[in-house]
Amino acid sequence: MPAEPSILLRRVFPVPPDAIEEAGKASTEVRRLLRGMGAEPEVVRRAGIVCFEGEMNIALYTKGGRIVLVVREDRVELLFSDRGPGIADIDLVKQPGYSTAPDWARELGFGAGMGIPNMEKNSDEFHIFSRVGQGTVIRATIYRRRDDLGRSGKEA
Amino acid sequence: MTLAEVCELVGAEVLAGEELLGRRVDKGCGADLLSDVLSVTEEGFLLITGMVTPQAVRVADVMNACAVLVVRGKRPPPKVVDYAREAGIPLLATEKGMFETCGILYGHGLRPTEFRHLSDYAG
Ligand SMILES: Nc1ncnc2c1ncn2[C@@H]1O[C@H](COP(=O)(O)OP(=O)(O)O)[C@@H](O)[C@H]1O
Ligand SMILES: [Mg+2]
Repeated sequence: MPAEPSILLRRVFPVPPDAIEEAGKASTEVRRLLRGMGAEPEVVRRAGIVCFEGEMNIALYTKGGRIVLVVREDRVELLFSDRGPGIADIDLVKQPGYSTAPDWARELGFGAGMGIPNMEKNSDEFHIFSRVGQGTVIRATIYRRRDDLGRSGKEA
Repeated sequence: MTLAEVCELVGAEVLAGEELLGRRVDKGCGADLLSDVLSVTEEGFLLITGMVTPQAVRVADVMNACAVLVVRGKRPPPKVVDYAREAGIPLLATEKGMFETCGILYGHGLRPTEFRHLSDYAG
C-alpha cells in the first residue's frame, strides 16, 4: 500500500446542537478554504453540499459534534462526528425521503429526507459508522483528480 | 439577463447587493425546500424562493447561486439581509407569487437549472 498523500490542510469546525440560525457556517467556510487553495470548482461545489447536509444533520438531530476538513493532494475528506443519539438503522436513513424532522424544521425548509442520499451522491466514498447511545461518524471523500473519480463524480 | 432586468421584470425591491445588479443570470431554480436547491447540479443560478430564513441565503452561498429572489411579499429579517450583504449575495424581494414570478422570468428567457432527479438516487 502506498502511503497516504500528505495533508495540505486540516480544519476543525465545532457544530453546536440546536443552533439552527448558525448552521451552514462551516460549509461556507469550507468552500472558501477550498477555493482559496485552488481546488477544482466541481470539488468545491460537491464538498459544499456534502458539508451543508452533514452540518444541518448534526445541528438538527444530535447533541452536537464537529466537522473535520482534511485536504490532501488528491482528495478532500469531510469527517462528521457527533455525540449521539446514534443511528439504529443505517440503511433506512440512506433511503431517499426518510426523515424524522420535526414540523418546525419542515417549516424552515428542512426534512425532505434527501440529505444523506445527497451526501452520498456527491461523494466518491461515503461511510456511516454509528453506535446507538454513543454517536455517529460519517466519512465522505471527494477525489480531486478527474480520472480518480468514483461512481458518482462525473454525472454531477 | 442581468439582475437589474430581473428586478424590473418582476418589480422587485433590492434588499442587499445593489452594487451587484449588473451580474448576468440565465438559469433559475424555484424552491421552498432546501433539499430541492441542494439537488441542483450547476452554479450561478437565481434562487427564487418563499424561504426567508438564514438558510435560504446560506444555501445560496453554498450552491454559489447568483442571487436570491424572495416571492409573495415576504421580507427576510434584518440579520438575514445583513448576512446576504456580507456573503455578497444580492437579495431581492417581489410582491408577486412564485408561479407568476417564475412565469415572467421564464417568458423572458430564464431557463431551468439541471438538477438531480429522484430516480438518480435509486440503488
Ligand atoms: N447525525 C445523525 N444522528 C442521528 N440521526 C441522524 C443523523 N443524521 C441524520 N439522522 C436521521 O436520518 C434522517 C434522514 O436524514 P437526511 O437524509 O439528512 O434527511 P432530513 O434531514 O431531511 O430528515 C433524519 O431525519 C434523522 O432521523
Ligand atoms: Mg438532513
